[in-house]
Amino acid sequence: MDTALDTTPLGHNVPLAERAYRIRRNALLMGEVQGQGYIGQALDIADVLAVSYFHAMTYRPEDPHWEGRDRFLLSNGHYAIALYAALIEAGIIPAEELETYGSDDSRLPMSGMAAYTPGMEMSGGSLGLGLGIAVGIGLGLKRKNSDARVYTLFSDGELDEGSVWEAIMSAAHYKLDNVIAIVDVNNQQADGPSTQVMAFEPLVDKLEAFGWFVQRVDGNDMDAVVAAFDAAKTHPEPKPRMIVCDTRMGRGVPFLEAREKNHFIRVDAHEWQLALDALDAGRTA
Amino acid sequence: MSTATATGTDTASKPRLKTSAMIASIAAEGQRTKPAPFGHALVELAKQRPEIVGMTADLAKYTDLHIFAQAFPDRFYQMGMAEQLLMGAASGMAHEGMMPFVTTYAVFASRRAYDFVHQTIAEENRNVKIACALPGLTSGYGPSHQAAEDLALFRAMPNMVVIDPCDAHEIEQVVPAMAAHNGPVYMRLLRGNVPLVLDEYDYKFELGKAKLLRDGADVLVISSGIMTMRALEVAQRLEADKVGVGVLHVPTIKPLDTETILREAARTGRMVVVAENHTVIGGLGEAVAGTLLRAGVAPVFRQIGLPDEFLKAGALPTLHDLYGISTDAMAASIKGWL
Repeated sequence: MDTALDTTPLGHNVPLAERAYRIRRNALLMGEVQGQGYIGQALDIADVLAVSYFHAMTYRPEDPHWEGRDRFLLSNGHYAIALYAALIEAGIIPAEELETYGSDDSRLPMSGMAAYTPGMEMSGGSLGLGLGIAVGIGLGLKRKNSDARVYTLFSDGELDEGSVWEAIMSAAHYKLDNVIAIVDVNNQQADGPSTQVMAFEPLVDKLEAFGWFVQRVDGNDMDAVVAAFDAAKTHPEPKPRMIVCDTRMGRGVPFLEAREKNHFIRVDAHEWQLALDALDAGRTA
Repeated sequence: MSTATATGTDTASKPRLKTSAMIASIAAEGQRTKPAPFGHALVELAKQRPEIVGMTADLAKYTDLHIFAQAFPDRFYQMGMAEQLLMGAASGMAHEGMMPFVTTYAVFASRRAYDFVHQTIAEENRNVKIACALPGLTSGYGPSHQAAEDLALFRAMPNMVVIDPCDAHEIEQVVPAMAAHNGPVYMRLLRGNVPLVLDEYDYKFELGKAKLLRDGADVLVISSGIMTMRALEVAQRLEADKVGVGVLHVPTIKPLDTETILREAARTGRMVVVAENHTVIGGLGEAVAGTLLRAGVAPVFRQIGLPDEFLKAGALPTLHDLYGISTDAMAASIKGWL
């Protein structure tokens, strides 16, 4: 690892674009450690995570279990590399643990699990679990008269799972306005483009028909993502909220964006440094 | 149904019985019963423990959870006919400090929602209590409703405690014991008018403990659930034939009370018969067999349980005779083995 790279979390008042840059960089550094990883997804979702952790959510980095925190569920457990990158940036995971990613005895396993990692609220990876858990947490928070919200990130491929639609139906039934779900539409799943594996469009119409407040945004347009999260938090109707985020795999590293699209983007050993260099070249902060 | 051809008693000369509805009681005619012991025990417990919530997947009435729903309407959650959601949402509730008592049929919890129980409840070690009606062969509807393999499936799940109670007296005690244990529990549920037997044996349920209900010099029956009820009847009958039958009731399938099982099975000169309302694969029988073998204890060993096949539809008494788990069939099997 290039020791010149400083991964110390920054203080407040840092632009979201800089947060997203640093989340991407943390993810690339983890990818380099392991020699592989779902880096395409980590790069595509970094802007959403930056908005989640540095604009929308309330939490205490020094106390990840603080009762008043907003919950964040990672349903698509293979995005763990991205969430770890955000949790490091948020100061919930010490930056020095970054180099343990995916190694024996690490708190940062390749697929996210609740018992391993501070700030990881569920064990994902078996896809289609997160929204159902979010329904239970949403109901539980209401029982406690808590103002906290439950954010749930899941993937477009998970829309194939029937359990996701069970949860979508029930969240509307129970008017869970404290549930904010984010679906990452990068149009890639294991066997190919998600829309070809199983057609899920017109997604907004479907979700609205199920009784949700739905917004669809470019998930790599920071201003649009911020506006969507703000609207999701302040929308007056007693409905669960869905933000459909269209994203681009490999976002921020042009040669990875251009690479043939795959669920698992191959990165050769010498390319990690090239990717970090390319990310730096495009740094907007 | 045609005449029985497999292993059981001859039913050809008897009147043709009707498949009982799912709401029917497992109780035999004239047997002492208690109504809805699970529902009433849960209501009593919930008065003391405000964190308890009830959740079901369109089966409140058929799991006695409606008693709880009537007593605590604001603590009852109808999740619709969606067992995967039911388990995930229960995990979420437990995540927030609630103690969900979740009900459905055993087939749906074990087969339909297995991964959801495995990943969102057991792997995360959430404090969720799963109580399921129609365990083993207690429905005449055929394999869609017959949970012949639920114990095997939940035994194989780390963190999961598995309980197979015998009667109403025991269920009333199991409910608070489930709550006292911090972690996921699966309980086989008998609903409706549930037989009352163990109150006559000065019995007290303890999680993880097997209890010797009666002693006998010739045969030791190791059993759980409704098969303990049957074993006690068999023991009374064989007493008349001067055959001494001991009954070791093992309501906690996991963690298994291996100490008591080994102590009782190691007494020389007794045939060990494990009786379970479950497929002979992966249930109490194989759990006991493995325990004995690992300890080098080798009595004559027999299993009474359901065969490794899709079970027939029909009336429960007919099916229990056919598959050898009725009192008559069990007594005949044991006599034949002596």
